[in-house]
Amino acid sequence: MPETTPRTMFQKIWEQHIVGDEEEGKPALLYIDLHLIHEVTSPQAFEGLRLANRAVRRPDLVVAVADHDVPTTPRDTEVVIEDPIAKQQLETLDANTRDFGIELFDMYSPEQGIVHVIGPEMGVTQPGMTIVCGDSHTATHGAFGALAFGIGTSEIEHVLATQCLMQARPKTMEVRVIGDLQPGVTGKDLILSIIGQIGVAGGVGHVIEYTGQAIRDLSMEARMTVCNMSIEGGARAGMIAPDEKTFDYLRGRKKVPQGDAFDEAVEGWKQFVTDEDAEFDTVVEINAAEIEPRVTWGTNPGQVAGISGNVPHPEDYELPGDQENAARALEYMNLNPGQRITDISVDRVFIGSCTNGRIEDIRAAAAIAKGYKVAPDVRAMIVPGSTPMKKIAEEEGLDQILIEAGFEWRTAGCSMCLGMNPDILTPGERCASTSNRNFEGRQGRGGLTHLVSPEMAAAAAIEGHFVDVRDWEKAED
Amino acid sequence: MDPLKRVTGIVAPLDMANVDTDQVIPKQFLKRIERTGFGEFAFFNWRYLEDGVPNPDFILNQAAYQGASILVSGPNFGSGSSREHAPWALKEYGFMAVIAPSFGDIFRNNCFQNGMAPIILSQAGVDTIMARALRKPGYTLTVDVEGQRVYDDEGFSESFEMEPFRRESLVEGLDEIGRSLQNSDVITEFEEAHPARW
Repeated sequence: MPETTPRTMFQKIWEQHIVGDEEEGKPALLYIDLHLIHEVTSPQAFEGLRLANRAVRRPDLVVAVADHDVPTTPRDTEVVIEDPIAKQQLETLDANTRDFGIELFDMYSPEQGIVHVIGPEMGVTQPGMTIVCGDSHTATHGAFGALAFGIGTSEIEHVLATQCLMQARPKTMEVRVIGDLQPGVTGKDLILSIIGQIGVAGGVGHVIEYTGQAIRDLSMEARMTVCNMSIEGGARAGMIAPDEKTFDYLRGRKKVPQGDAFDEAVEGWKQFVTDEDAEFDTVVEINAAEIEPRVTWGTNPGQVAGISGNVPHPEDYELPGDQENAARALEYMNLNPGQRITDISVDRVFIGSCTNGRIEDIRAAAAIAKGYKVAPDVRAMIVPGSTPMKKIAEEEGLDQILIEAGFEWRTAGCSMCLGMNPDILTPGERCASTSNRNFEGRQGRGGLTHLVSPEMAAAAAIEGHFVDVRDWEKAED
Repeated sequence: MDPLKRVTGIVAPLDMANVDTDQVIPKQFLKRIERTGFGEFAFFNWRYLEDGVPNPDFILNQAAYQGASILVSGPNFGSGSSREHAPWALKEYGFMAVIAPSFGDIFRNNCFQNGMAPIILSQAGVDTIMARALRKPGYTLTVDVEGQRVYDDEGFSESFEMEPFRRESLVEGLDEIGRSLQNSDVITEFEEAHPARW
C-alpha cells in the first residue's frame, strides 16, 4: 500500500499490529499489547492452558484485577465473602496469577478498581495500543486512541498462550457529532442518543470512531463513557483520536514513560489520527445541540427517551417486530404508554460502574446533592470506580457531602452494574442507574433499571423521581 | 474440539429480538470456575418461575421442543456481555446450531470457539423456520455447515455465508491456539521489532 493512501486511525493501529502477512479473506494474527483480566472470565482460560501444558507467553503484558465479585463494604479488616463460589473464583484468580507470574491487584490493593477504570488510571492504557479483556466494556480504553475490544474466554486463553488473536478485519464507522452539547447534558446522554439513533445492533461488525467538535470538547472521563457503551450499539470497539487532553491525562501516571521519554512518546502518539479524506465504511451524523438529558424506559439501551418526553406507545414504531419489543419491554418495566418520564419514581439509585464511576462522575453527583437530602423512600449508593479514585474523592470532601445527603459511600468494584456481588435489586425495585445495561434482571431478577447520567441519578435520588437536571437549582452554601 | 459438519434436529423457536447473553445465562451462574455445569441454568429467569418450578409458558419447557438441537431466534441474538458461559450453557443444553438474522459479535466468535454453529439467515428465512417450528411440533431442520445450507423436508432451503476459516475450524474441529502457536517464530520476530510500551 503506498504511503499516501489516507487511512483511518483504526487502520493505522490495526496494520501496525499484524504479525506476519494479512491475506485477503483470512483472519489476521493481531498482536496484543495489553491483556487485562478479571476473576469472572479468566478461570477456564487458565484451566485450558494447564490441560494443554501451555505457558503464558508474556505475563508482563497481562494485568489482573478483582472487580466483579468483590463486596463494596469496607475493607479495613478482612472481608468476609459469604458466597462460597464467588470466594472460590477470587481465590482462583489469586492462584492463577501467582502460578503464571502475572501482576494482580486484589481487593485489598490500594490500586484496585474496575478493570476499565484502573487501566487508564495507572497509565497502562496508551494511544495506538491493542488492548483486550474478557469483558465487553473493554472499548472504554478506545477513548485514548487505542484499539480495545472485549473477547471470550477461549480468546483469553489464546492471548495468554500466544499474545495474539486471530481476527477478521472489522468494518469502520464514523459517528460524527456536530453542534455543541447543552449545559447539563453529558457524555452519557450523548452515547444513549447515539445508540437510540443507530439501534442496539447498528454497529455490529464495526469499529466506531467518534469525531466532531463536541467529542473534542468532552473531558477524558466523558470520552471513556462514550467509548464504553459502544458495545451497546453493537460495536466491539469505539475510539477517539488522542489529543492534548489525552496526553495531559496520561502525563505522570505510574506506567507511562516519564520525563523526556514521555514527550517522545507523545510525538509518536500524534500519528494516531484519521487522515483527511480517509474513508469509513459507514458514516452517521448526530446533532449534539438537540440532545436533552436521557432516560431509558425499556430493556435495552436503545429504548430511550428525553427527560421532557414520554414513554412511547408500541404503535409509535413502524415495524411489527419493534412494536412487539416495545410492548414486551413496557410490560417488564411496568410502565404505561404515554406516561411522562418525569412521573417515573425510583426506589434505588446506583452511581458507579465502568461507564460512570470516575472522579468527574462523583464530583457531578456531589454538586447536585450538596445541601439536599435523598428522598425518604429512596436508597442511594455511590460506588467509586477504583480505590485510588475513592481516596481522591475523600480528599476533596465529596464523600462527606454525599453521606450528609443520605447516600451510601462504598468501596470500589463493579457492584450493582451486574449484581455479581451482594449489591442487587429485589423484584419490582426500580433503579436510576449510571451503568450501561438495562437488560431484564441485569441488576437482580425482576429489577427495573433506567440508565441515566450521574447528574440525573443524583437528582432522582433527591426528588424520588426523574427530573430535568438542566432546571436544577443548587442549594445555597 | 469435536468436528461439526452438519446437524439435523428439532428446532426450538425463541421468537424475540435482541436476546442478550444476560438472558441466556444470568450473572448469578457466572461464578463457577469450570466450563461445564451451565446447561441446567440456560435461560434461567425465563425457564423457571421464582419458586424454581419450570415456567410452563416458556417455549423450551413445552413437550414439543424437548431434545431440540437447533435454536432459532430474532435479530441481534447474543448481544451484550462477552460471557462465554452463554455458548457453554446453550451447547450443554443440547444446541449445536443457533439461527438468527444477526448476532452479537462476541457471542458469535464464542460459538465458533466451542464447536457450535451461529448461522445467519435472511429475515424471511428465519420467519419461515420460526413459523414452521411454532406450528408443527417436532419440526426438524438440517444445518449443513460444510455445504453452507439450511434445509428442511418441506422444501425450505437457504444458503448462508460463513468465513472460510470459521467453517474450516468447525468442520475439522481445529484447535485455534495450536494453529497460532505454529507461528511462534513470527510472533517472536514481531516482538523483537516492537518493544513493549509499559
